[in-house]
Amino acid sequence: MISTSLTRPAVVRAETPIRLRSVVGRLLGWSLLAGFGIAVLYPVLWMVLSGFKDNQEIFNQPWGLPGELRWDNWARAWDLGVVRYFTNSVIVTSASIVATTLISAWAAYGMCRLRLPFGNGVALLVLGGLLLSPTVALIPLFRLLTSIGLFDTYWALIVLYTAFRVPFTIFLIRAYMIELPRSVDEAATIDGASTTQIFWRIILPMSRPILVSAALLQALFAWNEFAFALVFVSDDSLKTLPVGLMAMQSRLLTDWPVMMAGLTMAALPTIVLFLIGQRQFLRGLTEGVGK
Amino acid sequence: MTVLRRWRAWAWVLPAVVLLLVFVYYPIADNLRLSLFSWNAFSPEPRFVGLDNYAEAFGDPVFWRALGNNAAYAVVSLVFQGGLSLVLAALLEELVGRRMRGLLRTLYFIPAAMSITVVGVLFSFLYNPRYGLLNEALNGLGLGHLARAWLGEEGSAIWSVIAMSQWQSVGYTAVLFVVAIQRIPREYYEAAKVDGGGPVRTFFSITLPMVREMTTLVVILTISGAFLVFNEVMVMTAGGPDNSSQVLGTWLYRKAFMEDDMGYAATVATVIFVITFAIAAVQLAVSRRRRYDS
Repeated sequence: MISTSLTRPAVVRAETPIRLRSVVGRLLGWSLLAGFGIAVLYPVLWMVLSGFKDNQEIFNQPWGLPGELRWDNWARAWDLGVVRYFTNSVIVTSASIVATTLISAWAAYGMCRLRLPFGNGVALLVLGGLLLSPTVALIPLFRLLTSIGLFDTYWALIVLYTAFRVPFTIFLIRAYMIELPRSVDEAATIDGASTTQIFWRIILPMSRPILVSAALLQALFAWNEFAFALVFVSDDSLKTLPVGLMAMQSRLLTDWPVMMAGLTMAALPTIVLFLIGQRQFLRGLTEGVGK
Repeated sequence: MTVLRRWRAWAWVLPAVVLLLVFVYYPIADNLRLSLFSWNAFSPEPRFVGLDNYAEAFGDPVFWRALGNNAAYAVVSLVFQGGLSLVLAALLEELVGRRMRGLLRTLYFIPAAMSITVVGVLFSFLYNPRYGLLNEALNGLGLGHLARAWLGEEGSAIWSVIAMSQWQSVGYTAVLFVVAIQRIPREYYEAAKVDGGGPVRTFFSITLPMVREMTTLVVILTISGAFLVFNEVMVMTAGGPDNSSQVLGTWLYRKAFMEDDMGYAATVATVIFVITFAIAAVQLAVSRRRRYDS
């Protein structure tokens, strides 16, 4: 080091300010990244830990760790409603995953691998569906669901979660199916397979990666959806988690630890799902958002 | 016979088309019609009133307040999700090693995987005037004079909701930008390094222009999201106190399902529809022109 600086002092002098600047820059950059990470992590951690505290600890040492692991908070939250809302969310979410993925895969198949009369019209209809938002449709849907007897049933949510997500899911799956080689269908046709057989035995299995992405994104959507669940289900025994938690909060007003335990349990499934299927999630998001 | 066979392909798209027509398109169209009527639960037979509902809405200070709050939502979200997210993404790619990068990316995304109710209830605890962490922290830092009932005061309610919303979404858009940055060919960066460009210059001369498409998309999604917002406000303040944090979505909900003024509510919905449709049209125009350019 020293000998270098002795032999070529000019270069070192010129380099130092740049190095210094880049060190400061790196430091700033890292602190922004770390700061944001802490800002994200801390409230989540606080929520989980508060689920183990008692009220006294939350009020007097909000920053401290729980004195002991009070699992009975979790049991109480579970019994006080989480179990019911959780079950409802599982039912609605799984049904809408199956319906959305299947109906979208069928449509994508028809649109990109068969000769479809007025195919452009269908594509336009689906594209338009992407632009229409649930909020705008609340009032007419309320009338419609009441008149066909779906108001206040699981079906209201299953049908709407499917209908409003089908456009996005079709585009996602279609972008993938369109890349599958034509020769696959042609070979199967020569072997005497019908279009139905080609779909179920060849195209659908080949599209598995994107179907997983589609299913995961639908799970995230349906598990967390709030507006439809608020307006179209009023019977407490049918409520899904997002709306049920609100009802629970107004029942539990002062019992923070139990509420925090309930929130954590409600958030867990989608977070775990994301951690496990991260790659498929991101593929779906960026493919879908880029179309 | 051959005609019939040609139409058989329609069996595949029929379920999707029917669902869309009945549960997406019909309601939107019906909403336009309903906004011209006056009706409620007690007079189920709608009475035609022409544009009266629109006149009522445009003369209503709460309507304008809600629209203003939507605009504030859009501006703040643009700064954070268009700006901060992109900076975070660029820093992740520039500074962080592969392993750590994946870890941080996962961490940043977690709030977006949580439901709005979980986040909303959690934050209303953090904002709690007596025991909430935010006021505790301010007191601890000697900034006690800034402590307040964040969600309970007219001056701060909507901003507190907007802040929570950024907390939930910045990581999500940062991840989108990370993916866009990773698609930029590495040679560009190597060439920049050879030319002696520092990280800041590289960001402005390579990263920024190369993620332009994603930026446009994020901007569009953010703005239309801000005019559609409902959940965040509903969960935390339901538009209060005294309608100060009302946005169009929650105002529509209140009019329809609390005050039973369905025609007025449908009118608000139509306004939301027009705004978001215009934004979508701009997006189409922009992306078409870009395709034409290149």
